Amino acid sequence: MMRWLLSDSVRLGRIGRALGALTLIAVLTLVNQKPPVVEGLDPWFLRLSIALALTALIAANIRALGLLPRAAQIWAVWVELFLGLMAFFWSFDLSFAFIARKIGFLITQGVAMTLYISALSILIATAIALVGAVAKLSRNGVIYGLASFYTSLFRGLPLLMQIYIIYLGLPQVGYVIGAVPAGVMALSLCYGAYMTEIFRAGIEGIPRGQTEGATALGLSPAQSMVLVILPQAMRIIIPPTGNQFIAMLKDSSLVSVVGVWELMYLARTQGQTEFRHIEMLITASMIYWLLSIGLEYAQGRIEARFGRAHVR
Amino acid sequence: MSADPLVTLTDVRKSFGAFVALSDITLTVARGERVVICGPSGSGKSTLIRCINGLEPYQEGRITVGGRLLGLEDDLVRREVGMVFQSFNLFPHLTILGNCMLAPEWVQGKSRAEAEATARRYLDRVGILDQAGKYPAQLSGGQQQRVAIARALCMAPRLMLFDEPTSALDPEMVKEVLDVMTDLAREGMTMICVTHEMGFAQAVADRVVFMDRGRIVEEAPPAAFFSAPQSPRAQEFLAQLLH
Ligand SMILES: Nc1ncnc2c1ncn2[C@@H]1O[C@H](COP(=O)(O)OP(=O)(O)OP(=O)(O)O)[C@@H](O)[C@H]1O
Ligand SMILES: [Mg+2]
Repeated sequence: MMRWLLSDSVRLGRIGRALGALTLIAVLTLVNQKPPVVEGLDPWFLRLSIALALTALIAANIRALGLLPRAAQIWAVWVELFLGLMAFFWSFDLSFAFIARKIGFLITQGVAMTLYISALSILIATAIALVGAVAKLSRNGVIYGLASFYTSLFRGLPLLMQIYIIYLGLPQVGYVIGAVPAGVMALSLCYGAYMTEIFRAGIEGIPRGQTEGATALGLSPAQSMVLVILPQAMRIIIPPTGNQFIAMLKDSSLVSVVGVWELMYLARTQGQTEFRHIEMLITASMIYWLLSIGLEYAQGRIEARFGRAHVR
Repeated sequence: MSADPLVTLTDVRKSFGAFVALSDITLTVARGERVVICGPSGSGKSTLIRCINGLEPYQEGRITVGGRLLGLEDDLVRREVGMVFQSFNLFPHLTILGNCMLAPEWVQGKSRAEAEATARRYLDRVGILDQAGKYPAQLSGGQQQRVAIARALCMAPRLMLFDEPTSALDPEMVKEVLDVMTDLAREGMTMICVTHEMGFAQAVADRVVFMDRGRIVEEAPPAAFFSAPQSPRAQEFLAQLLH
């Protein structure tokens, strides 16, 4: 059976496509719970017909895309899926007038606060990660113990819990803390813990000979780290760190639970008075996506910059 | 031995955990002297040379360079001792010039202009000035090792340590590196070289130190050592080397 399947790639492709089409037809038939009612037609027949038509459309589309060059394919897929997403949102019967009325405030207050919290937390988390990584590579047991306890605890607790614990718990021991500082502190500590591991792996990825070469030249441990090891480790560190930045941007929405007026909080509250929740949630989602795309772009630029010094 | 010792090792013992890598090492190197260290693999040659600039700590005995005690004044010693590694250990993210300027700028506190002038002078001396703007990965192995030598010389060291500087090179590149080292010796640099290049040892060395299992087994001028080794271990080793 296996041999029969693998012996002929054309046949295998046909079988694969046929199976894919059948699955798609079956799923579309079963999932469609609200087919249009047409007198004298069996509803199941109608569902099946719609599924067949859709499947034929998708198949034709895939075939047409196959004729394009690669770059055009990528663009076409993005445009099609984006239009599909828009059509999906359209189906909610959104009030664009309401969105237009609120979007200014979502951006000036919500996006501004989200960016402020994220940027500040990213900066602090990076500083923590640098110190944490060096501590985790330390031969001193006390320092290693501190660093490993920290990463274990803050990677082990849900971020939401950390926000609550810091905001509600610190006042218990006498430190009253505002909602924004509490949010920034929780995000910094949590992401600092993840990034500590990323930085540590990056530093460990540099061969020992580099440190020895620097030491033999008389450079101090701190100079070796900053001038020799870190610039090389950056290449290893930047891609996963960029992912952390993007994740942090979205996780900053969790601080809405302590009442910080950032994007998520506004998205949840602005729609309440007029029962326009979906409008606000979709708008905020699109804004988060746009911001992430911006970060992805920045990440690509930085990677290109740090890659340049290593021309082969 | 000599009236003017630069390096002294006295009853040095070094172990990695339970494994004894060096024992009873006593050795003096005079200013301007060239010493070649050889011996079978695992005999402790690298460990010995790495103890002399504090890359490895030692447990017993004393090592001094220019009167400074290793284990106590490692920073000061390293500023005056250059080291060349088998695997070059150039910094891949810096240009050739950047590699040579780093320590003069950051350790000696020279200005950029001064550091660059020094770097260019030594790169010229090892015949590689025209590659100054390139990155290490763009150079051949022999060129990289010559850069590594220039980088060490930029610190104006009193002593140069070499740990098998030609072992990682293709045969046709060995000579260009040995030529640079020979020139350096002619100019009176104090050198301790771990190498199995017998031609180099015979032409340049004042003394050959033969090591086996963490001990110095034999010390002799190169002519005597290569023609009539005293210990059976050295005889065996040389027979294999010639083979
Ligand atoms: N960091 C270390 N930890 C444990 N053992 C080590 C370490 N470094 C070296 N050794 C051991 O010490 C001994 C001497 O090593 P060393 O590198 O000095 O030998 P060598 O004479 O330079 O050999 P080669 O000619 O192969 O370079 C070896 O047996 C080696 O396994
Ligand atoms: Mg060795």
